[in-house]
Amino acid sequence: MVDTLRLDEHTWEALVDHARSDFPFEVCGLLGVDADGEVHHFPISNDERSMTYYVMNPKGMLRAMRQIEDNDWHLVIYHSHTHTQAYPSATDIRLAAYPDATYAIVTLQDRDVPDIRAFAIEDGVVTEKPVARGNSLAA
Amino acid sequence: MPTVRIPTVLRKHTDNQAKVTADGGTVGDVLRAVAKQYPGIKEQLFDGDTVRGFINVYVDDEDIRYLDGLDSAVAPDDEVAIMPAVAGGA
Repeated sequence: MVDTLRLDEHTWEALVDHARSDFPFEVCGLLGVDADGEVHHFPISNDERSMTYYVMNPKGMLRAMRQIEDNDWHLVIYHSHTHTQAYPSATDIRLAAYPDATYAIVTLQDRDVPDIRAFAIEDGVVTEKPVARGNSLAA
Repeated sequence: MPTVRIPTVLRKHTDNQAKVTADGGTVGDVLRAVAKQYPGIKEQLFDGDTVRGFINVYVDDEDIRYLDGLDSAVAPDDEVAIMPAVAGGA
């Protein structure tokens, strides 16, 4: 489990762009963080296409998960909140099925100042993890 | 023999193995064989005779919902993947 989610500027902007791309619907996807800290981004369809729910397209998910698992990258599951804060909702917590993953939420609640926060969700308990943004990946 | 990809959250039931092999000509047969070999996983996977709704099962690249469900054919060199769904809401 990574303690801090380090997002280089390119990935940060890609996540925000993805969240904006289907506004007002929620978007979702996966990130794989490799041993060098490089972040691999997999935007995946939200089959629910809703402003309040997301269901990650199973086929897209399979391809990305396989790559992340086979390369032993750290798994980050992300989705956007279009009108609410970047904190796991009761639904997010109830449906979290990957206790080893980092759950990241991109919020467009303030459309001019998007934010990204990260959490661990284990057995219904949410623990926030810091997010470091920028091109310096030094520990 | 088909291989079965086990999600991280269920590996505690399969001696921490990420992949196991299990014999069977259909997805149902293969999953039941895994459950027989690793009894702890049965309740996580099945609700009676059906796979729990929030678990996606695939044969190679295909979701079994688009094939024949648990009757989907599995060839000896196929991979059956078990992956809990990823979902949530605002």
